[in-house]
Amino acid sequence: MSSLAFATEPRSTGARRGAVGILVAVLLWEVATRLDEWIGLAVPFVARLPSPTEVVVDLGGLVSSPGYWNSWSLSLQRVALGFTVALLLGGGLGLLMATRPLVKQTFYPVLETLRPIPPLAWVPLAIIFWPTQELSIAFVTFLGAFFPIIVNTVSGADEIDPRYLWAARSMGANRRVLFRRVILPATLPSLVTGASVGMGITWEVVVAAELISGGGQGGGDGGLGFLVWNAYQGGDLPRVVVAMISLGIAGYVASALVRYVGDRLMPWKQAAVS
Amino acid sequence: MTLLTLSRPSQRRDDPLAASGPEPHGRRRRRLRLGAALPLAALGFLIVLGGWYLTVELLALPRFRALPGPTEVAAEWFAPDPSYGTSVFTPVYYEHILASVRRVGIAFLAALVTGIPLGLALGWSTRVRQYAFPVFELIRPIPILAWVPLAILMFRSSEAPVVFLTYLAAFYATTLNTMLGVQSIDPNLVRAARCLGARPWTVVRTVVLPGALPYLFTGLQIAMGVAWFSLVAGEMIAGRLGLGYLINSSYTTTRYPTIVVAMITLGLVGFASSALIRLVGNRLMAYRARGTAS
Amino acid sequence: MTGGHLALTDVGKVYDSARGQVVAVADCSLEVRPGELHVLVGPSGCGKSTLLGAVAGFTDISSGSIEIDGALICGPGRPRAEPGADRVVVFQDSTLFPWRTVAENVAYGPEVQGRLARKAAHEAAREQLAAAGLSDVADRYPGELSSGLQRRVEILRALCNEPAVLLLDEPFRGMDALSRSSMHEALLEMYDRSGVTVLFITHDVEEAVFLGTHVSVMTTRPGRIKSTVEIDLDRPRSHDIVTGHRFRELVGAVSDEVRVEARRAFEAGEREMIR
Repeated sequence: MSSLAFATEPRSTGARRGAVGILVAVLLWEVATRLDEWIGLAVPFVARLPSPTEVVVDLGGLVSSPGYWNSWSLSLQRVALGFTVALLLGGGLGLLMATRPLVKQTFYPVLETLRPIPPLAWVPLAIIFWPTQELSIAFVTFLGAFFPIIVNTVSGADEIDPRYLWAARSMGANRRVLFRRVILPATLPSLVTGASVGMGITWEVVVAAELISGGGQGGGDGGLGFLVWNAYQGGDLPRVVVAMISLGIAGYVASALVRYVGDRLMPWKQAAVS
Repeated sequence: MTLLTLSRPSQRRDDPLAASGPEPHGRRRRRLRLGAALPLAALGFLIVLGGWYLTVELLALPRFRALPGPTEVAAEWFAPDPSYGTSVFTPVYYEHILASVRRVGIAFLAALVTGIPLGLALGWSTRVRQYAFPVFELIRPIPILAWVPLAILMFRSSEAPVVFLTYLAAFYATTLNTMLGVQSIDPNLVRAARCLGARPWTVVRTVVLPGALPYLFTGLQIAMGVAWFSLVAGEMIAGRLGLGYLINSSYTTTRYPTIVVAMITLGLVGFASSALIRLVGNRLMAYRARGTAS
Repeated sequence: MTGGHLALTDVGKVYDSARGQVVAVADCSLEVRPGELHVLVGPSGCGKSTLLGAVAGFTDISSGSIEIDGALICGPGRPRAEPGADRVVVFQDSTLFPWRTVAENVAYGPEVQGRLARKAAHEAAREQLAAAGLSDVADRYPGELSSGLQRRVEILRALCNEPAVLLLDEPFRGMDALSRSSMHEALLEMYDRSGVTVLFITHDVEEAVFLGTHVSVMTTRPGRIKSTVEIDLDRPRSHDIVTGHRFRELVGAVSDEVRVEARRAFEAGEREMIR
């Protein structure tokens, strides 16, 4: 039955069905991994994975160990550092380009040319350049978030309805007032979108960096990405999945946080929803 | 908002993988205002390249001087007999490019074949969405690279895990944006089609699919971008051939100029693939170019 | 072609909302005879669109029944009608498919119903467009047309299916007065040519009296048909009747009834029902 053409059902069925869906998925997972030991039938690909029960048990044990939460804080620190710099630089430069067309026309093409290069491709150069590994990870993380933020900010400013600017000018606004009262608030939604996208990329990059450095030189210290690799090397498969789930939760919370802060900064958007 | 409730399309727009709307056709043209634009852009490139040259080669500032400079890179890239082994004249260069492109191609195709139908189903049927979307959204936040160990475990060969990771990234973006595309269709269009005698499957074929195309294509561009991202990561960790592998191996064998050559090549290939998608999209949606404000 | 016979008998619609149960429509009975251009007027939110939606098959009804040419399309045991080409709707906003040309849009109905092969359907569409004087836009996309032209194409697209009943839901709302009077002429011309039965919804009383053979007034929520007036003005209608005595008499009579309902609705502060 199409959701597009006809009236919908009461809201509670949605939550119920979602729970059912998740339950079924977990059950299938459990069965697929257990089939081998139950009836000797190894499901291709999936048979070697750890089962949900093993994962839950491992998680239960981990939650009480300080090392686990230490990994969390290490990853979060790296994310916070790279992201914050990207936000400040990306947002700042973006707004600069938005208000000074000369700057934009000069440097935006360079930006667009560099953008397709995946952030991780910068890792070796970053390692060569920066004195410490932490700084090189932070740099690559910064790059990952920088591009979406600046691109979104600029395009957001591009799309400001010129009538707002005319109206403000006709009421006597000078450059500074125009920026603060019109351009900044109008660009904010796009900036927040860019920040959300950037946050997602940031997590990917941090995990990648932790995996690469942990898997490569062994000098990687802690972090959830490193936890994944470490567990894999040690053959502790349930731990691998626990680390993956932890990363999922961390990433989701981080993105939700960005969205939340963004929404708080834009109270007019919430009020407009009828 | 809990994980189990459905988020409205407006909330989805803050999502990293979700398109914030189909790209309006005229936007690209607006940026390329000729006259002052071209020389200024050239100036920008000159400044950046100049800065690179200055800091690395001319002034040889500390930390900077360890990096490869623009003349080194250019010399290496276009040398008939490159000292580090890779240039436009060496076949191995193209082998790397081909390896990467092939992996992305396979992964992207697989993502289309699985993601579009799933996205259509999620967007079209409330029931399917209520059952399946929460599972999808619970798995999606797990960073692609966290799947590396499981991928290696699941797939015996050395190629498959890399392709799988690339596929996963593109799959998420494709599914999500197809779903958003379907949800963005004006419900009255569907009603009109039903009124005109179309059975539900015909409606999907003649209304939902064309109607979702704008969002879908913007989503495909995003999917292509994340595919390249994941591919490079995968190749750097576990690849044998390919541009990501080239970057990593050039680093470990201290062939620094080749790193930059590979990076630039990646940028070019990535840009070309996105541009290709955009072109195909514009052809399929020629009607948008001709529509004026209504 | 002769139009179909539409009969609504004691139709009622109750729906759940955050505030509890709302009775949108109750004991609504309406008879539209073949060939009539029957206009339904009433204040916003009175449920006229609900009725139209029920006839078209977009909403269920809670009680009563609806028949077309004697055949039950929804009623006890079958709360929702199956949408079909015998009851085509023209909505307020354009629902022309933006990715199909005008000709392809007009051909859509016959094509998807399988009545005609693709090529034949397109040929037929072009003929229809030519007959309506719209040949030169046949290969344009809807996005290139003015809203007036879009509306005309849309009505033509509906009529190409030879529906029993043509349903129009405030199709000219939001148009400026000049475009609107041109649209009235266009609609009447198509109506006179095809002889289809029309159910037309509007809140504009003058429009109702100008277009219709019959005008029914609907009460405010819970909506029911309050009265039906036969418009005995000459056909084909032309704009000079607007200043005529009989026209103004009819408009006055209908307006009085509508105004009472509008007042009630206004005071009740009802919002238009979300579809």
